[in-house]
Amino acid sequence: MREEATFRVKSGLAEMLKGGVIMDVVTAEQAKLAEDAGAAAVMALERVPADIRRDGGVARMSDPEMIQQIQQAVSIPVMAKARIGHFVEAQVLQAIEVDYIDESEVLTPADEVNHIDKWAFEVPFVCGATNLGEALRRIGEGAAMIRSKGEAGTGDIVEAVRHMRRITGEMKSLTMLAEQELPAAAKELGAPLELVREVASSGRLPVVLFCAGGIATPADAALMMALGAEGVFVGSGIFKSEDPASRAKAIVAATTHWQDPERIAAASRGLRGAMMSIETSKLSEQQLLAGRGW
Amino acid sequence: MVAGRPELAAARSGSERSEGAAGSDGELGEGAGGDGGAPLIGVLAIQGGFEAHERMLLGLGARVRQVRVPADLEGIDGLVLPGGESTAIMLGLQREGLIQPLKRLVWGGLPVLGSCAGLILLDEDHLGLMDMRAARNAFGRQIHSFEADLEIAGIDGPPMRAVFIRAPWIERLGRDLEALAILDGHPVAARQGDLIAISFHSELTGDDRIHRMLLEAAARRACGEMSTL
Repeated sequence: MREEATFRVKSGLAEMLKGGVIMDVVTAEQAKLAEDAGAAAVMALERVPADIRRDGGVARMSDPEMIQQIQQAVSIPVMAKARIGHFVEAQVLQAIEVDYIDESEVLTPADEVNHIDKWAFEVPFVCGATNLGEALRRIGEGAAMIRSKGEAGTGDIVEAVRHMRRITGEMKSLTMLAEQELPAAAKELGAPLELVREVASSGRLPVVLFCAGGIATPADAALMMALGAEGVFVGSGIFKSEDPASRAKAIVAATTHWQDPERIAAASRGLRGAMMSIETSKLSEQQLLAGRGW
Repeated sequence: MVAGRPELAAARSGSERSEGAAGSDGELGEGAGGDGGAPLIGVLAIQGGFEAHERMLLGLGARVRQVRVPADLEGIDGLVLPGGESTAIMLGLQREGLIQPLKRLVWGGLPVLGSCAGLILLDEDHLGLMDMRAARNAFGRQIHSFEADLEIAGIDGPPMRAVFIRAPWIERLGRDLEALAILDGHPVAARQGDLIAISFHSELTGDDRIHRMLLEAAARRACGEMSTL
């Protein structure tokens, strides 16, 4: 019997993205450059997070025409973002057959209470998380891939590190609990008990875990891999730098060779300027994107 | 790995990397470092779904080594080219100077299993190791990805549950190749000697029958090498 859109098919694509770099692109030319640099997928959007942050206003799903131009330009998977809770944007993205939908805090949330019911879709979803409870709630809603949120558009890795350490640390803690302690842990995490049980026995998420938000250098990417990421999203870090093609290739190489400092050194050499960065601790509470979603 | 600083080696909680008996050269599996016994299978780890293959091979008792640079190819009895993005993996093979050493090993009889992107890499437009041409994303975008039961020639027992993810099919199959499975009128698995190419992911289902085929070929090669010494 032939079945489409099983969870295995949805999470399976994320399995195939592992060890790879997913790059934010705003034009077909950038998408091609990303593909030629070795990106495992591209995220099509109108403005990279650094520009969304600078411009302010409501950030929405991108123009389908622009996404389709990118789909025609490359053969690697094309992802696109929908606002948190905006299931109609997600339906539109499914209608144009994007390969993955990112229900993203980088866009302005459409629903302050409910996330999208991702089980209702055939296209798989990736969602952001700052901690294990949030990750498991998203998986409970049908997400087939998780990325730690970090703080998009800053070029500051500190939040990505905080979120990744929190998620992996909370997973380790669960593995040390006795079976009868898991219901209370699930209540504490605000996460479905079944998923808490799964993490407690395996020590890992039931789906692939990537990292996002603040990666600007090859060393940043390798750091996140060493902390437990299975691949990385790079938003503004590539196309807001002075030499996007070289930086993109360097981050791809460092993600593959994250265990080899000599290779990371080689990749880091002569890259010219990184993106204009913002120290996250200087941002006010309202300027932080990671607090969007719950 | 650096003693006293387990984070670098063991941060990936739950992964085999932290739990397996890692040899000094990064081999995993029972008997790692020993000179006899289980065949040593290289799993190309440039990008893609290589960990699921590793798990499956370790479960079958093989020794496994991740392959990222030419030195990692030394002494392997078989090789897996996993799924992933074929463009990203191909660029990585070029960057690492892996293409010629890998081809030489295969010309010398190294058994290979290529799955999905791995099938594409084996075709005439990429590594040129099998006499066939793959059609990329032949079934369509992710929304058309699927799983199906598949009868595979040479594999006993019930049909195999096969997961097709943005999968290729074989649009031209050379005369010396045996089509092992057909779907929608197109070959989705083929064999040329000890080279096996599949469009789908059997490593995601827990069905290890195709990996056993690779291990049998690898074991034959390991024994053959021993007897010629």
